[in-house]
Amino acid sequence: MSDITSKSLFELTSNIKEKKLSSGEITKAFIDRAEKSKKLNVYVTDNFEKAIDQSKKFDSNPNFDLKLPGIPIAVKDLFCTNGVRTTAGSKILNNFVPTYESTVTQNLWSQGAILLGKLNCDEFAMGSSNETSFFGNVQNPVGENLVPGGSSGGSSAAVAANLTPVTIGTDTGGSIRQPASFTGTVGLKPTYGSCSRYGIVAFASSLDQAGPMTKNVRDCSMLLEVISSFDQKDSTSIDYKRNCYSKELSKDIKGKKIGIPKEYRVDNMPDEIEQLWKNGISYAKDCGAEIIDISLPHTNYALPTYYIVAPAEASSNLARYDGVKYGFRSHGQNLIEMYEKTRSEGFGDEVKRRIMIGTYVLSSGYYDAYYLKAQKVRQLIKKDFDDAFSKVDAILTPSTPSSAFKIGEKTNDPVSMYLNDIFTVPINLAGLPGISIPAGKDKNNYPLGLQVIGKPFDEQNILNISYALEDKINFKNDISDWWLSE
Amino acid sequence: MSKNSEYLIERENKQYEVIIGLEVHAQVTSESKLFSQSSTKFGAEPNTQVSLVDAAFPGMLPVINEFCIEQAIKTGIGLKAKINKKSVFDRKNYFYADLPQGYQISQYKYPIVGEGKVILDMPNGQKEIGIERLHLEQDAGKSIHDIDPNNTLVDLNRSGVALMEIVSKPDLRSPDEVNVYIKKLRSIMRYLGTCDGNMQEGSLRADVNVSVRLKGETEFGTRCEIKNVNSIKFMQMAIISEANRQIDLLEEGKEIDQETRLFDTKRNETRSMRSKEDAHDYRYFPDPDLLPLEISQELIEKIKSDIPELPDEKKKRFIDKFNLSPYEATILVSDIETSNFFEEVIKNSDVKLATNWITGELFAVLNEKNLEISQSPVSAKNLSKLINLIKDGTISGKIAKTVFEQMIDGDQDPLIIVKEKGLKQESDPKAIEELINKVIENNSDKVAEYKSGKDKLFGFFVGQAMKESKGKGNPQLINKILKEKLNG
Repeated sequence: MSDITSKSLFELTSNIKEKKLSSGEITKAFIDRAEKSKKLNVYVTDNFEKAIDQSKKFDSNPNFDLKLPGIPIAVKDLFCTNGVRTTAGSKILNNFVPTYESTVTQNLWSQGAILLGKLNCDEFAMGSSNETSFFGNVQNPVGENLVPGGSSGGSSAAVAANLTPVTIGTDTGGSIRQPASFTGTVGLKPTYGSCSRYGIVAFASSLDQAGPMTKNVRDCSMLLEVISSFDQKDSTSIDYKRNCYSKELSKDIKGKKIGIPKEYRVDNMPDEIEQLWKNGISYAKDCGAEIIDISLPHTNYALPTYYIVAPAEASSNLARYDGVKYGFRSHGQNLIEMYEKTRSEGFGDEVKRRIMIGTYVLSSGYYDAYYLKAQKVRQLIKKDFDDAFSKVDAILTPSTPSSAFKIGEKTNDPVSMYLNDIFTVPINLAGLPGISIPAGKDKNNYPLGLQVIGKPFDEQNILNISYALEDKINFKNDISDWWLSE
Repeated sequence: MSKNSEYLIERENKQYEVIIGLEVHAQVTSESKLFSQSSTKFGAEPNTQVSLVDAAFPGMLPVINEFCIEQAIKTGIGLKAKINKKSVFDRKNYFYADLPQGYQISQYKYPIVGEGKVILDMPNGQKEIGIERLHLEQDAGKSIHDIDPNNTLVDLNRSGVALMEIVSKPDLRSPDEVNVYIKKLRSIMRYLGTCDGNMQEGSLRADVNVSVRLKGETEFGTRCEIKNVNSIKFMQMAIISEANRQIDLLEEGKEIDQETRLFDTKRNETRSMRSKEDAHDYRYFPDPDLLPLEISQELIEKIKSDIPELPDEKKKRFIDKFNLSPYEATILVSDIETSNFFEEVIKNSDVKLATNWITGELFAVLNEKNLEISQSPVSAKNLSKLINLIKDGTISGKIAKTVFEQMIDGDQDPLIIVKEKGLKQESDPKAIEELINKVIENNSDKVAEYKSGKDKLFGFFVGQAMKESKGKGNPQLINKILKEKLNG
């Protein structure tokens, strides 16, 4: 039955609706594979027993009108799940079991999906390799001792390794697109305000967005359709008419104007990335798209801007983890000592580093020079895109400046780690939708991704372009199942 | 204000002026909190009015309570202030056990309400106090240190409750002005229904900024902020104590440190809480969970059209329409319940008598029994009946006081009391004449004395006649007939 787990979401839902497969069979297949895939370390918490029960319940009274009928799905451990431990990859939430459900995951369950478990991620989504997780690093199924990207590393690995049909991650500076790129999967960060942030452990509120991570573009459109919704519980959620993305999915992109930003040709970019990009451009041309050279002049400032804005918000968002109300608490002689010990022991190094950066840039005397200036630059970056989108319908770039690297390779060099986000960060700063699709491989046979960036709320367009490119690229992820145990 | 009423603190040949600015924290009257739907009801069991948002659970987000916004706008209009069409919620970051988020959502650079003013009625005229701004913010929870000997307990019922911080300009100059200012602010907000002003329940508290300078000096001195004072009396005590402390320092040739202080009510002195160097760096920044608050002109107009008559306007109307003195009008409008009571009474009775009876007898009873006018033992309806009995001569003012004393006991109808006790005034001239004749007959020696020029005896005859009537004789009639008899 191993071919069940390699099926796409589209195939699985069709099989269920056609009664070729039951939810129970599918759920069991994914659980069986997960039991043999512990080496990948994708799960922080599994929900297998309950998932089996729920799949049986679905099968006894199936509702085929739902968009995810009886489909088992594992999600990033940043989404609060009612009654199921939610850790955000941190010791400080090691024992935290929410009594509430995030809106995005609720949307999944409302459409018939079943929670398989919670997937590993960088601590509080801070990282680009899943190495900052309290629960250990995740192996990239593409190759042993290779990082799966981050922060949604457990999610990307789980999709690539066929441990969940699809998943949802969160993306603050590239945390969906970069791991998708590293694992040969598809990941979409929607427009800011498309998916509710309610019930998602916050990293940087003005940048965080949940999004689908899937095997292909069609699955991505199906999942986006389910998770994107207006939510009054999130004041930054935007009330607009959302497409039926899967129904309106089309490969016809003839006449679409696709921008190629010259500033994304960064120094020391590997030739294979340059080649990948060129291939992408020619495929787009083949599909009838018009290629237009554009300029996004403030691109160079995006990364430093991001590393001021995101830590600033994080330093404040993470203040609530103080040992007083829930989560890990260390003992102290007084309140201050309890705070200091709890937070020193409860947070990992990368989280502490960002809290310190954030605290620094917001401090009086530094605020204007850092935070305020970063906000101004953010506006300029946004304006770059506004100007570009007056000429083009979408923008095509590489997703990352390199392929997946070895575990431990960059852990002692935060800046080189941060550089991983160079192509993805500007999109978060501008609040735009961006998708990474697998587009080729490097000399080691590791996957590489291309990113399509769209106008606000224009997810349909970038999905369509990706759908067309996907067809031309015809990417095959050859994963050997090297990690499987008996 | 005239010079002689200035509040000055004297030191050998020197006179110091006290400069006071207040930051009043007024709890917004609202069923639910500023960013969550939890109840704000006072006095509930600890931690029973706490939502996941109030307790800052992971992934919880604030959603603005629009009613609180309207309340703040309303208050701004009541303070004759500028309503800012765009304002921003900021995070004020600091750690404390009763601050679950690790930050307070407040408004820092861009408050919802800008400059306004409050008019104070001081004994020697009016004084305008400038309002710097009004902003919305969340209250914190409460740390309780005295229940468990080893632990601090936290009650989050207040966590997230909406507060308006109303910042005055440093325009106040005396404890008396502070008293009148707080009462006026409270009165305006109670008229508007935006804050109940209940100081016992903590609905109104203030941080008091105090500095001193020699009389005639134009520069401000270094100020100290006294945190969280929760009654007018304590504010006044704190100001006097703090001003004297500062003056003593200056007199000793020392400098005043700008610092935050606490008022120790038991010892009647302020104590340093933290110096300027130790001041928190709150790292304010715009809350990314909330969009900037935008208020439409339509909403402002709509709220404006719902604004009731406020104390200043009401006072003017009372003076113009009812011919009240400014003093009487000020008393009657100071509290909305009082003014409503007054207007209810005068619907059917004489204004002058109503004014006297409310500000005299009724207030005395309320004071004595420590009651609000809303709890008045005598209803407006029965008080107006009593006033009508005086007005139409059924009873005298003196008898009315006896009747009133009985009315207090269960809001009895004065008509029934008068009837049952036979207190109706004797106003029949014939009957009065008869009893006066009797008095004259019985006191022929005094009559002779009176006629020989001892005018003072007139009062004696009135008294005798009143006594003869068992107190029920119409005083005007007694006077009139007596005069005729004795002088004729």
